[in-house]
Amino acid sequence: MPAVSKGDGMRGLAVFISDIRNCKSKEAEIKRINKELANIRSKFKGDKALDGYSKKKYVCKLLFIFLLGHDIDFGHMEAVNLLSSNKYTEKQIGYLFISVLVNSNSELIRLINNAIKNDLSSRNPTFMCLALHCIANVGSREMAEAFAGEIPRILVAGDTMDSVKQSAALCLLRLYKTSPDLVLMGEWTSRVVHLLNDQHMGVVTAAISLITCLSQKNPDEFKTCVSLAVSRLSRIVSSASTDLQDYTYYFVPAPWLSCKLLRLLQCYPPPEDGAVKGRLVECLETILNKAQEPPKSKKVQHSNAKNAILFEAISLIIHYDSEPNLLVRACNQLGQFLQHRETNLRYLALESMCTLASSEFSHEAVKTHIETVINALKTERDVSVRQRAADLLYAMCDRSNAKQIVAEMLSYLETADYSIREEMVLKVAILAEKYAVDYSWYVDTILNLIRIAGDYVSEEVWYRVIQIVINRDDVQGYAAKTVFEALQAPACHENMVKVGGYILGEFGNLIAGDPRSSPLVQFNLLHSKFHLCSVPTRALLLSAYIKFINLFPETKSTIQEVLRSDSQIRNSDVELQQRAVEYLKLSSIASTDVLATVLEEMPPFPERESSILAKLKKKKGPGAVSVNELEEGKREGGELNGGGERGGDSSSTPSPSADLLGLRAGPPVTAAAPSAGSLLVDVFSEAGVNDDVPFLAVPACLFVCKNNGVLFENQLLQIGIKSEYRQNLGRMYLFYGNKTSVQFVTFTTTLNVQAKPVEPLIEGGAQVQQVINIECLTDFSDAPLLNIKFRYGGALQNLTLKLPVTINKFFQPTEMASHDFFQRWKQLSLPQQEAQKIFKANHAMDTEVLKAKLLGLGMALLENVDPNPENFVCAGVIQTKAQQVGSLLRLEPNAQAQMYRLTVRSSKDTVSKRLCELLAEQF
Amino acid sequence: MIKAILIFNNHGKPRMSKFYEHYTEDTEQQIIRETFHLVSKRDENVCNFLEGGLLIGGSENKLIYRHYATLYFVFCVDSSESELGILDLIQVFVETLDKCFENVCELDLIFHLDKVHNILAEMVMGGMVLETNMSEIITQVEAQGKMEKSETLTLLFIWQSMRQSQASRFSSKIS
Repeated sequence: MPAVSKGDGMRGLAVFISDIRNCKSKEAEIKRINKELANIRSKFKGDKALDGYSKKKYVCKLLFIFLLGHDIDFGHMEAVNLLSSNKYTEKQIGYLFISVLVNSNSELIRLINNAIKNDLSSRNPTFMCLALHCIANVGSREMAEAFAGEIPRILVAGDTMDSVKQSAALCLLRLYKTSPDLVLMGEWTSRVVHLLNDQHMGVVTAAISLITCLSQKNPDEFKTCVSLAVSRLSRIVSSASTDLQDYTYYFVPAPWLSCKLLRLLQCYPPPEDGAVKGRLVECLETILNKAQEPPKSKKVQHSNAKNAILFEAISLIIHYDSEPNLLVRACNQLGQFLQHRETNLRYLALESMCTLASSEFSHEAVKTHIETVINALKTERDVSVRQRAADLLYAMCDRSNAKQIVAEMLSYLETADYSIREEMVLKVAILAEKYAVDYSWYVDTILNLIRIAGDYVSEEVWYRVIQIVINRDDVQGYAAKTVFEALQAPACHENMVKVGGYILGEFGNLIAGDPRSSPLVQFNLLHSKFHLCSVPTRALLLSAYIKFINLFPETKSTIQEVLRSDSQIRNSDVELQQRAVEYLKLSSIASTDVLATVLEEMPPFPERESSILAKLKKKKGPGAVSVNELEEGKREGGELNGGGERGGDSSSTPSPSADLLGLRAGPPVTAAAPSAGSLLVDVFSEAGVNDDVPFLAVPACLFVCKNNGVLFENQLLQIGIKSEYRQNLGRMYLFYGNKTSVQFVTFTTTLNVQAKPVEPLIEGGAQVQQVINIECLTDFSDAPLLNIKFRYGGALQNLTLKLPVTINKFFQPTEMASHDFFQRWKQLSLPQQEAQKIFKANHAMDTEVLKAKLLGLGMALLENVDPNPENFVCAGVIQTKAQQVGSLLRLEPNAQAQMYRLTVRSSKDTVSKRLCELLAEQF
Repeated sequence: MIKAILIFNNHGKPRMSKFYEHYTEDTEQQIIRETFHLVSKRDENVCNFLEGGLLIGGSENKLIYRHYATLYFVFCVDSSESELGILDLIQVFVETLDKCFENVCELDLIFHLDKVHNILAEMVMGGMVLETNMSEIITQVEAQGKMEKSETLTLLFIWQSMRQSQASRFSSKIS
């Protein structure tokens, strides 16, 4: 008998679905659906009470309509009615509707919670499972609040049915993920860990997901799971394929559970207990041995299941990174898979090898597969696999094979899929930089990159090559020669023109001796590309021209002629026009000395993390580039930059990361020469803004009851603030907005607590963001101070502000009934636990405003607690790392006298006092 | 964790979708379309894994899929899941559907969407795997069927005639 009988459906539903399927056009379908929606709506709204069957039918129709992509905004009430029914069919469809069309309407959630509560206590396993499913599917905070206490009890109770235990484990996991603060494992920890020993494999399967997640968050508390997991794994691995009956999948005993056990072990270092470790190594060896045995079945499912375990075992071996013997076996196994006929296995082998390549024991072993991997990159039909091959080449690259790998990647780029080109370009650029021994190779590689895949070369890549050329004088001549040759090509990419213009502008003199690349030839070559380029490139070329005038006085008249032409000096683009006018003027009035100073060669760039690496990290997300690799990149990058120690301190060079060429920041000469700084400030900046400008500072007390707003504003700078708090942790975003049109340089902020540095430069009109992570260690009364310094024009600006971090930000609201409130109030009766203030109202005594402020404070506002409805009472717990401080508050307004009496009681005297002070300023 | 389970046919018509993270209805539809676009352009015999579309988290997530006759079964998972394990899970799901519906075909999914959801709920809950043992799953589904039987009257429909006209069964491809 089929488990689902097909005869017993709903006729109306079947007819409706057939109608939809017979619709000839999208319009007809929409029309039919709208008709049905109207029909259902009227049925739901109608006076006639619907029976369970009709409700179920309509809800099914809504589900179907939803699947087709139409918005469903009603029917939730009917679904709630259904799930409160005692009939299984109705209950089930009601829960299904709610799970698929989750709605955050809290009124509704309250009703649903009620029904769930009933079902959980019904002792009917089917109903309990339905309820647990619903919680796991919706997983909202309200549900966590209602059930986080109950579910662990169901999970570990001795009389709970296995199927309910399974559901309870995953339900708890879901709640833990959404609201970890509400799920307190404490007393349950050891009983949950012991579920690994449960008789029922299904219970273990569900529980292991829960335990893995909990172990990741609290490894120490769950440490005992390691030995239990090892013994469970060992029992499975050594069992015959018939021992586990239904959990044997195509002759492999419990593959899913084995994978999960191996994943759990990856949360921990190798076991310290010798016996446990021995047993585990034995398991891993058995798994590796089984891979060499002949298959028990020819079905792909059999090999899939077997290899799923094998790959997890290899991951664990790589994770431990301590057993050279196992590592070599793992590497050999993966080597076999690299040439396997199953594409899936080749894909996974390449992926695993990538992690293996970073282990010092196996790096060399991985390198022996280089030819196979290169071949995969060239011949695989599947782009997913080719991408993994490229990743692996990147991971196995070191000094010994860098030239080969970079060459292969470059040649692959010519035919690479568009989807992975940009990433490939970044990888080539990074490898070339990281492993460059001679810089002519590096320059060649990058120029090749621009030639082959110019469109995918991001700004970071060509910025970087220029930085390196500027910082290394031994490569400058070669670079000038190479770009000159590259520019000879009839069609060359705009990025090539940029690099060419910049390098010839700086170092064209190094090749000017050769008549084939005389100054005028160089200029004509560059200028022949001018008209095909975009505005930013043209702007860059104009700067190169003015540099030519300085380098080669003989080109002066030719270049002045070009600058003077209408197409430059009257160009419709303001930037180009301005440059043409200014450069023309500069070249005609400035003496050669001034010209030489203003147009001096660029100073070396300050050393920093390669921006390309940062870009790749951003693209691939954290984790894609290992920390290890990053540090290495930094070190190597430092070496690269090391050549340039010729004067030029970083404070006077224009900020490197924001704008390498000063292209976007007005005329580049402003930024170009530090020695001419004072002169140029007079010319180009609107001088005379200094710190006696009146400003608007917003007192920190305004932020007691709110988290977002403008913290500070004057004519120059606006500081916005956005913050969020959770338990004893907070995160604050500060937005520094430059209100002027001129950049702020050497912008620094210092805080008497730890903070990430902020971008040192803010462009005119731009905004930068700073994130501050806050942890409340213990209660406090002084807010952290933020000191801001920057240069605007020539003048140093200095500001000190109080950050609006106050103790109340770490409140967790606590709901309690009147009875509880007064009981706790009485418990806190020591004189120093109470702080009281009577003060005059500063604002109108509007109830709604007061309520909003009290809510903003972070405590729970308790209704119907105080016998006098005019009064407000609140309760909350302040979360600090050291302790939790329960606090109660009572505010008694006296409208006639326009006075308030505020009473705060908490378990800590300093907290009561501080809260009272803070709040007295608010009303 | 499993982020989403999508079933659509060769033309991209969704036949079932289940998301284990909250998205707006609009985004859900876009994810289905994007996923169909990514998966359907792939040849047969290439590997069963690819990086997720941008809407569902890009390269953080993987799409693991199988193609059975007219239907694609796609699981979108994060890096904590074993790729081959998920392939097995898809197989268990399809084999279970096949047993529950006796030679399952696309029409079964269309007309019994609620049942498909119920069967899936016996395997996956909140994005985590609840049970992988097929006979256990079927026992649960059968028990539900019995309860249903005892509660509702049997009605017969046009369903059967329609079902006979459906030619393409994908069950032949299952094993």
